[in-house]
Amino acid sequence: MEQTTWNFIFIGITFGVYIGIAIWSRAGSTKEYYTASGGVSPLANGMATAADWMSAATFISMAGGIAAAGYGASKFLMGWTGGFVLLTTLMVPYLRKFGKATVPDFIGDRFYSNGARLVAVICAIFICMTYIMGQMRGVGIVFSRLFDIEIWMGVLIGGGIVFFYAGLGGMKGITYTQVAQYCVMVFSYTIPVIFISIIITGNVIPQLGLIGNYIKDGAEKSVPLIEKINQISTDLGFQEYTASTSNTLDMFCITAALMIGTAGLPHVIVRFFTVKNVKAVRKSAYWTLGFIAIIYLTAPALGIFARTNFVEEINQKKYAEAPQWFKNWESQGMIAWVDKNKDGIMQYKAGNVFTGKPVYADEKRVEGGPRPVSNELADSSNEVYYDRDIIVLANPEMAGLPKWVIALVMAGCVAAALSTAAGLLLVLSTSVSHDLMKKIINPNISDQQEIRYARMASFGALALAAYFGINPPSSFVAKTVAFAFGLAASSFFPTLIMGIFSKKINKQGAIAGMICGIGFTLSYIVHFQFLTESKDYWLGISPEGIGFLGMFINFIVAFVVSSMTPPPPQRVQELVENIRIPKGAGKAMDH
Amino acid sequence: MTEIPSSSSYWSNSLQIVGKLLSIWFLVSFGCGILFKDFLDQYTLGGAPFGFWMAQQGSIICFVALLVTYARWMNKLDEKHGFDETEED
Repeated sequence: MEQTTWNFIFIGITFGVYIGIAIWSRAGSTKEYYTASGGVSPLANGMATAADWMSAATFISMAGGIAAAGYGASKFLMGWTGGFVLLTTLMVPYLRKFGKATVPDFIGDRFYSNGARLVAVICAIFICMTYIMGQMRGVGIVFSRLFDIEIWMGVLIGGGIVFFYAGLGGMKGITYTQVAQYCVMVFSYTIPVIFISIIITGNVIPQLGLIGNYIKDGAEKSVPLIEKINQISTDLGFQEYTASTSNTLDMFCITAALMIGTAGLPHVIVRFFTVKNVKAVRKSAYWTLGFIAIIYLTAPALGIFARTNFVEEINQKKYAEAPQWFKNWESQGMIAWVDKNKDGIMQYKAGNVFTGKPVYADEKRVEGGPRPVSNELADSSNEVYYDRDIIVLANPEMAGLPKWVIALVMAGCVAAALSTAAGLLLVLSTSVSHDLMKKIINPNISDQQEIRYARMASFGALALAAYFGINPPSSFVAKTVAFAFGLAASSFFPTLIMGIFSKKINKQGAIAGMICGIGFTLSYIVHFQFLTESKDYWLGISPEGIGFLGMFINFIVAFVVSSMTPPPPQRVQELVENIRIPKGAGKAMDH
Repeated sequence: MTEIPSSSSYWSNSLQIVGKLLSIWFLVSFGCGILFKDFLDQYTLGGAPFGFWMAQQGSIICFVALLVTYARWMNKLDEKHGFDETEED
């Protein structure tokens, strides 16, 4: 069967399942729409949260990033998992006890101020918008590859599907769809890696690859895989795969900012409002991280396998004898070879082949020859360019797996993008309908009207996201990751922590803290990402890590301002006392 | 029940639990994976330098273990103070 036929079958089946679930679990009330009435089991919620958390970028790009950066990519591995420890021990049990539908709800009530609520709503909308744009783009790219259509059409199809089940089903529909999406993701991610693992290390458990032996040259010549990759890397002029990064402080700050940002992302926090009580929150939290860990422990193994495999199969081989997948992805524009020394052999080394992404020349590809590129060549003797994303996308072909596995990986990419987009869309629409319309503008609207506003808001948000998905402001999407995490780390995280763990922080302190934290973080990021090309960072801390300092600024300003202004009223102090006790969270949902 | 249920002792006990777990959290990630990585790399785990392995996989395994421990300890604390809620699922 043709590859496209398999793609249609897999995408068709998975979409049928998602839409079926959405119709089956249609939301009737705002409670169901926002938090699925708090009736999702911890296990199901764990899977759904894991799917929500792992975006298209994680699914497609992370392993490639690890393969390229080695130890340096550990900041993502630790940052995007360690945040769940903070989230679970410091925040979600208390917020679940509080029992409202959104994060701005808590901030507005705890700091008895619509001003604080408004700042929180704006942050939530901004964080979700930046995130969702990248997802729509991801969906578009995958669809365009799959069915040979234009990217804009792919974006519109993906957007339509997300709107259908997120707008219709609300949190309930999204949660059960995400459970299905997690299953698709985990299978499509691990199955190809299992086969590669057997080839390279002889072990069926790919996660053990990092501590396994390389056996491809025969059992008697087996060496630890890490030793092998370090050897290969230094031979080709790269630094050792396991070598430390040059700036430990920057590594520390980025890891911290990613962790704190994770714990402050509104679309992750609200996931824990869907379970029954505080005990279920704790259980759900370890399930979530457990499900995430399956993929996060596989990614570093995949990275190291793929890099070893790639070098062994490509370096110093004649182009004419290159494997078929190499030429396939070359046709897709993700691989390029420039025969700099005219020997017909591919030399892969450290350094850029040419500047930027490959631009293919108009001249026809000679039968059996490479696709000519028109880029300006760089000085290095490296001849092979590859897009990092092929580490996951071309993985099944590298391992020589059948066509249906490739279709499965594609379905996994789509599942990753859709699940994250849907979760974000829900937070966006709730922020507008609940926090903005109901709580700030017009408290008298009915339940039905509120849902209608929510659906309208999701349509608007999706249209905007689709627009930016089709016309991405040049390299903007990649840079916005620093924004989303920096904002979450410097606004939501410290404010929520102070709201729960201190009774003294008042509304003046919270608002001043949020504004100073965000102001500092944003201006640093905008300065270095958009206004200047210079990389002359303060103390070497890159924009991705600055949210960590922003958090401290938020804390300090909030404490200083609170100590100079009157303490919070008695009822707010009682509220804080109350959320610290887990009992009675179920009741809080029903009133 | 051996202790009189009181919210203030519940709160200080739960802070202790969180404090302990977060110290380990810091140690396995920032400690082993970043600050003491070079030192730990002289030891190996199945061929992988230990600091490197902690940064890529070890810390994640520890995080999951920490959350399971958190749920256990907090549930026990709830029972002790009578804040337990029966779970039907």
